[in-house]
Amino acid sequence: MKKHSENTAFFLKGVKDGVPIALGYFAVSFSLGILARKAGLSPFQGFLASFLCNASAGEYAGFTLIGAGASYIEVALTTLIANARYFLMSCAESQRLAPDLKLRHRLLIGFDLTDEIFGISIAQEGCIHPFYPYGAMAVAIPGWSVGTMLGIIAGNLLPARAVNALGVTLYGMFLAIIIPPARKSKILAGLIAASFALSFLFTVLPFVSALPEGTRTIILTVGLSSLAAILFPRRPETEQGADTA
Amino acid sequence: MKNVYIYIAVMAAVSFLIRVLPLTLIRKKITNTFFNSFLYYVPYVTLAVMTFPAIIHATGSIYSGIAALVVGIAVAWFGFDLFKTAVVCCATVAVLEIFLVR
Repeated sequence: MKKHSENTAFFLKGVKDGVPIALGYFAVSFSLGILARKAGLSPFQGFLASFLCNASAGEYAGFTLIGAGASYIEVALTTLIANARYFLMSCAESQRLAPDLKLRHRLLIGFDLTDEIFGISIAQEGCIHPFYPYGAMAVAIPGWSVGTMLGIIAGNLLPARAVNALGVTLYGMFLAIIIPPARKSKILAGLIAASFALSFLFTVLPFVSALPEGTRTIILTVGLSSLAAILFPRRPETEQGADTA
Repeated sequence: MKNVYIYIAVMAAVSFLIRVLPLTLIRKKITNTFFNSFLYYVPYVTLAVMTFPAIIHATGSIYSGIAALVVGIAVAWFGFDLFKTAVVCCATVAVLEIFLVR
């Protein structure tokens, strides 16, 4: 009996903290839907993709490749690269779950391990109670998937100017993820500047500019991240405080 | 023409596995410094590469795209969260394109 009321309390707390996340997701996924429409997805397919993937950058990259008719392998590799940060977050969160937490809970938490839900979960004290992220997921997943669907349905009803404006939503979100940590770290600031510069060069240089966009992203990510890891290795004791979601 | 549902299944499977594997399998801390550092830098490079130069071609005019990039970096630098930064970038483009795009 006590167990049930505890679950409910954590769930409701998660719902409360999840509402602003869901509203943000709705706006961002709406513009993702506009992109999905360009890639040829139906409203249901967009809903399904967002319901199952729960990944802004990963879906963005995936929809772009679908629109270009890329191979399944290329989509798999790009999704892997674009979502690589979730691997790191999952590693970090694995240290914060009760050791005896059942497999089904671990699978369900992992299903919607996003930047934001990871952020609010890891901010909890002690071991993460699984019903806390479940509460946040209960509002965030509908916000994300319905937003994508409505973006596909209504994206073409909006004037071009509004679509152009919404088109930068995702990039704004990406900037909000990468810029604040860069303020605290000169290494990250330099790495981001180098990424911008090389990414631009890759679109104009002969030969590399002919490569598919997803392949260019993979080459640059693996190359620059490896170089940074060799030049600026991170000591284990500093890793904990740096996992800003 | 490839099947959209297979694309979605591939994306969903990869997205799920990458999040679930460490959570279910790794019970100890990762100690390999190179691997740890590499994983730490990956998200920043990926997102930066996907943002630029794509953002300047995402709008009706290259100038509104550049403005969105500069304004987005500025407000994120000063601590705006995900949602607010996204809204400010949108607003920048919406206002500028009244003048730039006919």
